[in-house]
Amino acid sequence: MKKIEINYKWCKKCGICAAFCPKNVFDRDEDGKPSAARPADCIGCRLCEMRCPDFAVTVEEA
Amino acid sequence: MIRDYLLEEKLPLFWCAGCGNGIVLQALLRNIDKRGFTRENTVITTGIGCWGKADDYVTTNSFHGTHGRALPFSTGIKLANPDLHVFTLMGDGDGITIGGNHLIHAARRNVDLVAILVNNLNYGMTGGQYSGTTPKHAITKTSPYGHVENGFDVCRVVQAAGAPFVARGTVFDVVQLDKLIGKAIDHKGFSFVEVISPCPTHFGRSNKLGDAPKMMQWIKDNTVSREKAANMTAEELRGKFVTGIFEEREQEDYGTAYQKVIDSLKGGDRA
Repeated sequence: MKKIEINYKWCKKCGICAAFCPKNVFDRDEDGKPSAARPADCIGCRLCEMRCPDFAVTVEEA
Repeated sequence: MIRDYLLEEKLPLFWCAGCGNGIVLQALLRNIDKRGFTRENTVITTGIGCWGKADDYVTTNSFHGTHGRALPFSTGIKLANPDLHVFTLMGDGDGITIGGNHLIHAARRNVDLVAILVNNLNYGMTGGQYSGTTPKHAITKTSPYGHVENGFDVCRVVQAAGAPFVARGTVFDVVQLDKLIGKAIDHKGFSFVEVISPCPTHFGRSNKLGDAPKMMQWIKDNTVSREKAANMTAEELRGKFVTGIFEEREQEDYGTAYQKVIDSLKGGDRA
């Protein structure tokens, strides 16, 4: 299983990570704040990390 | 580690939520890291504008120049010390509008450096005025009824000016962007990459394109590969972003040619 970390000090809640995750791993709360709700579904493509405009998402092997 | 090149104490980044600049910066730092360049042998120069703030966030040597003049500074840096890896970061307002003349001459001179022009189709930092790449009919703060001019095809301009490596990518297709920046770095001579990037705060809002994910989707939906574009008409290509490598050829760069002159004079060949 992958470990998906979100640095909330840097995240601006733009929603790109959640919108384009091919496995729908993320949820967003009413403020738009993302969380990796379904890490077991993550295939480690790292597109969320690469597309994060704020260096806020990192995907690692757990 | 990519984080070795990121000045973490300066984060969070100054850019708006969903601005593509951070995606390009990350792709650049990933490529610098992959090649093992050091802080000492790398210089990142910028001009003015949102993307011009990128040098604030890197641990490598950097030079924050004047508006539209990042390339002249880069040229000087590379000629003074050819061993440095020089990267020039410009926006569309900075690189092709205010500094368009420098762009064509840097391409013509073929100085060995990498130029990355992030094109968000407007002047973001000053409030969303039209730039030299704003498409016809687009709404901006200075074209509230629709822009009457045509925008530059920046890659065609740079190609025509003689650059030996010219490519266009988008922040949506980050895997391709990674490869294009990598190829630009590995290519000797003036290597140019244009990156289509969203400005949700100004261009997006003015043209009712929605929030950051919707603008990313808009870029995706309007991207056409170079191969596919070859079979499309000009009418079909209107408003599309054609991506891929447009020029990739070997050509003696300025530094090599200049060194030959120096060597010939040292050898006493001067007439």
